[in-house]
Amino acid sequence: MIIEAGHYALVLALVLSIVQGVLPFWGARAHDRTLIETSGPIALGVLFFIAASFAALTWAYVASDFSVLNVVQNSHSAKPLIYKISGVWGNHEGSMLLWVLILALFAALVVIFGRRLPPVLRADVLAVQGWIAAAFLVFIIAASNPFARVSPPPIEGQDLNPLLQDIGLALHPPLLYLGYVGFSMSFAFAVAALIEGRIDAAWARWVRPWTLAAWISLTLGIALGSYWAYYELGWGGFWFWDPVENASLLPWLAGTALLHSALVVEKRDALKIWTVLLAILTFSLSLLGTFLVRSGVLTSVHAFAVDPQRGLFILIILAVFIGGSLSLFAARAGALKPGGLFSPISREGGLVLNNLLLSAVTVTVLVGTLYPLALEAVTGHKISVGPPFFNATVGPLFLPLLIALPFGPLLAWKRGDIGAAAQRLLALMIAAALLAMVLIALVDGASIPAMLALALGAYVAVGGFSELVERSRLGRVSPAESLRRLVGLPRSAWGGALGHAGVGLTLIGIVAATAGLEEHGATLTQGQSIEAGGYTVTLERIEQRNGSNYRDLAGVFSIRRGGVEKGEVEAAKRIYIARGMETTEVGLVTFGLGQLYVVTGERSGGTTLDVRLSWRPLVLLIWGGAFIMAAGGLLSLADRRLRLGAPRRAAARSVPVAAE
Amino acid sequence: MTRKQRRLILIGAAGAVLSLALALVLTALRDSIVFFRTPTEVASGGIDSGSRLRLGGLVGQGSIERGENLAIRFSVTDGGSTVPVSYVGLLPDLFREGQGVVIEGVLESGGTVRADTVLAKHDENYMPREVADALKAQGVWKGEGER
Repeated sequence: MIIEAGHYALVLALVLSIVQGVLPFWGARAHDRTLIETSGPIALGVLFFIAASFAALTWAYVASDFSVLNVVQNSHSAKPLIYKISGVWGNHEGSMLLWVLILALFAALVVIFGRRLPPVLRADVLAVQGWIAAAFLVFIIAASNPFARVSPPPIEGQDLNPLLQDIGLALHPPLLYLGYVGFSMSFAFAVAALIEGRIDAAWARWVRPWTLAAWISLTLGIALGSYWAYYELGWGGFWFWDPVENASLLPWLAGTALLHSALVVEKRDALKIWTVLLAILTFSLSLLGTFLVRSGVLTSVHAFAVDPQRGLFILIILAVFIGGSLSLFAARAGALKPGGLFSPISREGGLVLNNLLLSAVTVTVLVGTLYPLALEAVTGHKISVGPPFFNATVGPLFLPLLIALPFGPLLAWKRGDIGAAAQRLLALMIAAALLAMVLIALVDGASIPAMLALALGAYVAVGGFSELVERSRLGRVSPAESLRRLVGLPRSAWGGALGHAGVGLTLIGIVAATAGLEEHGATLTQGQSIEAGGYTVTLERIEQRNGSNYRDLAGVFSIRRGGVEKGEVEAAKRIYIARGMETTEVGLVTFGLGQLYVVTGERSGGTTLDVRLSWRPLVLLIWGGAFIMAAGGLLSLADRRLRLGAPRRAAARSVPVAAE
Repeated sequence: MTRKQRRLILIGAAGAVLSLALALVLTALRDSIVFFRTPTEVASGGIDSGSRLRLGGLVGQGSIERGENLAIRFSVTDGGSTVPVSYVGLLPDLFREGQGVVIEGVLESGGTVRADTVLAKHDENYMPREVADALKAQGVWKGEGER
C-alpha cells in the first residue's frame, strides 16, 4: 500500500510540476499577478509529493519489503540500517529519485528565500525548474520505476554491491547531486534572464551564493568519492581520470569559472553575456555527467545497468535542455547590454584569465572523455585515453593559472598595477624558488619537476592569503593594528583566501603522494616483515573472522620505525556471503599527513600471505585541501553581504566600490 | 584604450589559450592513447612488439601460475586465441579463472604481454564492455548476466 502511494505521489508530482512549468510562465508573460503567485505553493507541493515518494521507497528498504524489485536487487535483511537507507540511492532508480528530490528542494528554497526577488524573475525561474523536474519525472516513471513489484516476493534480497556498503559512499551521491542539481539554479536564472532580456547586479547577487552552495557540495562530493576510491578499491589511487570521475570534474571546473565570473557581474556589471553562457554550460555539463553515468555508455563501477532505452531517454532530455537553452542564448544574448569597461590588467582581467584557462581545461577534459566514444562510433577502433593524456594536457594549462592566482586578488578593479602586485609578491616568489632549490638538494632521488611543483604548491597555498596581507597592511602598520584589520575583514575575503590556499595544499598533496610513493610487495610468512618509508611492517598473525554479512581473511601487522613500536594495523580480504563477492579491506595508518597503506592478497596457505605495503607522504593534503576549499566557500557564503537571497542593498549599490 | 582595442586583447588572449589547449590535446592524443586489442588480434602477430595495448578477454581456465613474491602468469582468451600475460603485484578482487579481465601493458617480443595494470570486474553481474565485444566477435558470448 505504501509502495503504491509512493508511486502515485510520484505521478502527482509529475502533473504538478508540469503545472509549475506552465502557469507561472504564462502569468509572467500576461502580467497576471494571480498566476505568478501560484508558483510558490505549486513548487512546495511538488517537493511534498516527491518527498513522500522518496519516503515510501526508504520505508521499503528499511522494512526490507522484498515484494519491491528494487529492494530485492539492492538490499538484504542482514545489512546494517545505515546501508539499508543509503541503498535507496545506491542504484539507478533510487538515485534518479534522489536527483529530482534535490531539484524540488532547490525550487522550494527559491520560494522560501526569494520573496524579495522581482515576481516575474521568480516565476520564470520556478517555471524553468518545473520543466526540468517534469522531464526527469517522466524519465523515472516511464523508464526507471523504483516501485515495480515482483511476484512472488523472494525471501531474501540480493544485497547491495559490497563496495558501496561504506559510509563515504553513503554520503558521496547526495553531495554530488546537491552540486549537480544546485547548478540548475544558476541555469534557471540564466534562462529567466534571457527570457526577460535583462540582467543586473541583483541578478548576480542571487546567482552567486547558489552557485557557491552547489560548488561547495560538488567539491566535497568529489573529494569524498576520491577518498573512497583510495581506501576501498585497494589500488591506492586517488584519481583515475575515469570517464565517470571526469563527468563530475567537468561541472566542477565550469562551476569554478562561473563562481569567478559572477563576481565580475556582481561587482562591476561586466561579463554578463559570458556569465549567462557559463551558467547554461555548467548545468549542461551536469546533465551530460548524469547521462554518461546513467546511460551505460561508459564502463565503470557507476554503470548500474546497461539499458539503451534509458540512455536514449536521457540523451533526449539532454538535447532538449542544452539545445533549447543555447538556442535561446543565441537568439536573446544580443539583448543583454554589455556593462562596465576594464583594462586588461585589472581584477576583472585576472578573472577573465581564470575563466579562459578553466574553460580550456574543461574543454580538454571533455575532449579526452568523449573522444574514445566518438572514435568508436565513427571508426569502430577502441582506444583508451588515460592518465598520460590528462597529465600532459591539464598540467600545462593549470600552470599559468596557478602562477597567476596570487596576483589576481592584488589587482584593483577596473585598472590594476601588475608591477606593484609583483613587488608585493617578490618575497614569496623568492621564498618559493629557495624552497625548490632546498628540496632538490635535500630529497634523495628527487625529480626536479616534482620539487618545482611542490614549491609551486607552497607558493599558491601561501599566496592565497595575499589579499588578506595586503588589506591588513601587515608589516606596514603595527601588528596590533594589522590584527584588528584582519579580524575586521569581510568573511568573503577570508573565504577567498582559504579557497585559494586549498588549491595549493591539494597540489602539494597530489605531487608529494605521487612522487614520494614508496611501494613494495612480498609473500610473507608469520614473523617476516616488509619495509616502506622507513617503517617496518611485520606479519604477526593471520585470522579468519565472521561479520554480520561477510567473512574476513585478515592479516594483523605490527609497525616499527627505528626499532620503536608504532602500533598495529589490520588488512583483510572480505567475502560478502550473499553475493559471494570479495572486497579488499585496506589497512591504513596515518603518520602526520602521510599514510601507510597495507593491502593483503586472497591467497593464504595458512601461514603465508601476499602483502603490498606503500608509504604515501602528505597524501591527506589532497582531500584536506579540497576540504579547505569547501570551508572557504562556506565562510564566503556566511558573509552577511552575500547572505542567501538578500538583494536588499542591491539597488543602493548600483555604483560599485572600487576598493573591493 | 578604446573599447575595440580592449576587445581585441581579449579575443587575442582567448585565441592564445585555446590554441595552446588545442596543441596540447593533439600532441597528447598522438602520444598517449592506447588501443584496445582482442586476443585474436594480438595472437595473429599484426601488432609490433614493444607497443602498449589494452587487452580484454577471459582469464584462461587452469592458466594461473604463481611465482615468487607476487609474480603471476596467466593467459587471456577470447575463445578463439589465447595470449600469455605476466604481472607482478596484487590482483584485483574478483580476478578468477574464467572471468572477464582487462589488462594494460607492453607486448614483448615473445608474444607475452607484460601487464602493469590488471582490471577485473567490480561486480559479478558486470562484464567490461570491451571484453563482451571481444567475446561476441568470437561467437562465445553467452548473453548478459543473470540480472
